[in-house]
Amino acid sequence: MKLGFSTGDELFRQECADWLNGQMSGEFKDIKGITKLTASPERRKEWEQRLGEARWGCIGWPIEWGGRGATLGQQVIFAEEYARAGVPGRVNHIGVELAGPTILAFGTPEQKQRFLPSIAKGMTIFCQGFSEPNAGSDLAGVRTAARLEGGEWVVNGQKIWTSLAHIADWIFVLSRSEKGSSGPNGLTFLMMELRQPGIEVRGIKQINGDSEFNETFFTDARCPADSLIGAAGDGWRIAMGLLAFERGVSTLGQQMGFRNELDEIIRAAKENGAARSPLIRQRIAKAEIGLRLMRYGALRMLSNADHSKIDGAALTYKIQWASWRRGLGELAMDVLGQAGEVTDTNDYEWAALPNLFLFSRADTIYGGTNQIQRNLIAERGLGMPREPRGDA
Amino acid sequence: MEFAFTSEQKMIAETARVFFTENATRERTRQAMACDGVDYALWASFCQELGFSAIGIPENLGGAGLGLVEMAIIAEAAGAQVAAFPMFGSLVLCAQAIAAGGGAGQREDLLPRLMSGETIAAYGHAATLVDDGNGLSGEAAFVAHGASARIFVVTGNNGAWIVKADAPGVSIAQLTTMDQTRPYARVVLSGVVGEPLAQPGKAIAAAQRAGFVAIAAEALGGAQACLDRTVAYARERIQFGRSIGSFQAYKHRLADMMIEIEQARSAVYWAACATDEGAVDAELAAHAAKSFAADTYFMCAGNMIQLHGGIGFTWEHDAHLFFKRARALQSMLGNGDWHREQVAAMIFGEMA
Repeated sequence: MKLGFSTGDELFRQECADWLNGQMSGEFKDIKGITKLTASPERRKEWEQRLGEARWGCIGWPIEWGGRGATLGQQVIFAEEYARAGVPGRVNHIGVELAGPTILAFGTPEQKQRFLPSIAKGMTIFCQGFSEPNAGSDLAGVRTAARLEGGEWVVNGQKIWTSLAHIADWIFVLSRSEKGSSGPNGLTFLMMELRQPGIEVRGIKQINGDSEFNETFFTDARCPADSLIGAAGDGWRIAMGLLAFERGVSTLGQQMGFRNELDEIIRAAKENGAARSPLIRQRIAKAEIGLRLMRYGALRMLSNADHSKIDGAALTYKIQWASWRRGLGELAMDVLGQAGEVTDTNDYEWAALPNLFLFSRADTIYGGTNQIQRNLIAERGLGMPREPRGDA
Repeated sequence: MEFAFTSEQKMIAETARVFFTENATRERTRQAMACDGVDYALWASFCQELGFSAIGIPENLGGAGLGLVEMAIIAEAAGAQVAAFPMFGSLVLCAQAIAAGGGAGQREDLLPRLMSGETIAAYGHAATLVDDGNGLSGEAAFVAHGASARIFVVTGNNGAWIVKADAPGVSIAQLTTMDQTRPYARVVLSGVVGEPLAQPGKAIAAAQRAGFVAIAAEALGGAQACLDRTVAYARERIQFGRSIGSFQAYKHRLADMMIEIEQARSAVYWAACATDEGAVDAELAAHAAKSFAADTYFMCAGNMIQLHGGIGFTWEHDAHLFFKRARALQSMLGNGDWHREQVAAMIFGEMA
C-alpha cells in the first residue's frame, strides 16, 4: 500500500500544470472557469481538439490509439491539475470515457481504427442512446427497433435523456433487433452518425432552466450493416460492459469538479460569516471528509487488479457520490441563504452554487437511481434475493 | 501509487482473521466480560505465539517494525470479533507513547514487557493532574482496562508520566461499564511518585495518532461483522413465505450499511497509510477516519439489532456486544463532533 507520488510523477505534474495553465491563460482564456456543460459548445469542441493534438485527450489509452499509456498515478495527477487550472469539463466525456473504452474492449480492428484515433483527437463527439420513455430504471425494456435492410440497419423509435445530443456527432444506440424478443435478449448495440435526416434532437428544459438532456427521435434512421459492436443480439452484454467503464479514471476528474464546488462553498461561508456557525462547520467538515473518502475509494477501485471479484468500492461508488453531491447542493444553499434564491440575470440563468443545488437533483436519478443502486448493492454485493419481476 | 494491500499485508490480514475467529469466541469473550474484560489466554497467544504485539514498534527498539497500516489490519480483525483484550490501551496507546517519547531506559525496560504481554499498561488522561513536589495528584476517569493494568501512562495538561499500579497513593476502581469487553476504571492519584516521560509532547502525539487510527480500524472490523452477520440472518429467516432479505425495506438498509462501510474502509487505510508516509493530510485523515468509522459502526450495530428483530435485543445474541463497543468507540479520544470541528478548523485555516 502506497499513496505518495514518485519524483518522476512530480515532474509529470509540473509538465501537466505548465501546459494546462499555458492554454488557459492563452488561446483558451475565454473558457477558463466555465462550470456548465452546455456553455460555449463550439469553443469546447475546439478545446477537445487542442487536447487531442497534444495527446492529452485520453492519456490512459494505449499509445497506438492516441493515448499515452499513462500509469494510474499519472492519470490521477492529470485529473488534479486539469481541475486546478480551471479547465472546463470535457464535452466529449461520453466518447472518451464510455464509447472509447467499449470499442477498445469489444470492437473489431476496423472499428478501433475508425473511431479511437478520432475520439482521441477530439474530432468525434459521442452521446449515449440508452434510456427510453418506457425504459428508464428497467433499461432492458428498450423498444427502439433496428432491422437489417439492403445492407443497412434501419432504426425507428425514441431515446430520452440523451445528454449533449445537440452537440454530439455520433450516438450509440441500444436497439431491439429481434422482433418479438423481450428483456435483455435480442438487443443490438449500434454506432450511428447523429447528423442525418432520420434523427431529430429536441432539448428538454430542466428544472434549472438549462437543456443538457434531449429527446432523440429515430424515423428510418440508417447506419451501415457493420455499425454494430459485438454480435447482433449481444447488445445487453456490451451495454453492461460499457456501464462498468463509468467507474473508471473519469471519476477522478469528476471529483476535481466537486472539489472546486466545495471550495466555492467554503469561500462563501467565510465571506458571509456562515463559517462561524457550529452546525455549518460540522456540515462542511462532513462534506470535506466525504469528498476525501470518494477520492480514496476511487483509488481503491482503480488499484484493484482483480476485476473478477466484486469490488465493494466500485459497487457503492455511484450512490456515494450522487448522494454526497445532492447534499452539497443543499449545503450551498444553506450557506448562501436567500441570496442564493435570486439571480441578477433576466433569463433564469444561475450562478454555479444555486445551479448545483438544482442540477444535483438529477445526480441521484440518472445512471441508475439511488433506489436501483441499493437493489444492485444488496443483490450483487450482498447476495440478497433479486426483486421479483412482474409479467412484462 | 497503489492503494491496495501488498501480499505481505494480505497474509497478516488472513492470519489475524483466522486467529481472532478461532480464539476470540463468544464463549470466551463472555467469560472475560464477567471478570475484568480480558481473555488472558487470547492475550498470551496474541503476544507470544503470533508476535503481533511487536507490530508498529521500531525494530531498533525490539519491535517488528512495520507501521500503522499493519496495526490497523490487526485492529480491524480484532474488532470484527469484539475481542476482549487490552491491545488498544497497552500496545497502541502506551507502547506508542513510550516508543516515541520515552527515555532510553524507559523504552528498554518497558517495551519488551509490553510486547511480551507480561505487563499490561493502560492509558489515562487526568485534566486536573498536578505535581506539587510531593508527587502527582489527580484523577483519570475512564481508563480502558485500567483494573487489569500493572502500569499506567498518565497524561496531564503539561506532561506525561509512567505510574506503577502498586505505587503508594494509587487507587483503582473498576467501573461497571456498558461495554464489558473493555471496562473502564477510575484511577485516583494522591501524592504518587511517577516517572516523567522524556518527551511528553511526542509521546501524546504518537499515542493519539495511533489511537485514532486503531479505533477507526476496530470500528471498521466491527461494522463489517455487523453487516456480515445480518446478511446471514436475512438469508435464513423466512416471513410471509419469503426470505426477509428479499424485501426492499430490509435490503436497502443492508445496502446503506455497505455504502458506509466501504467509505470507512477507505478512511481507515488512507489515514494509516498517510500517517506512515508522513503525508501532509495525515492529521486530517486521522480525524476523518476516527469520526467516520465510529459513526459507521454505530449505524451498523443499530441496524443489526433492528434487522434481527426481537432476537437481536436479547443478552444471548451477540448484537449488543457490537452495539456497546460501537458506542464506546464513538466517545473514546474525542467524539465525532470534536473530530469534525478539528477538520473544520483546518479547512478554514484556523489552526495554530
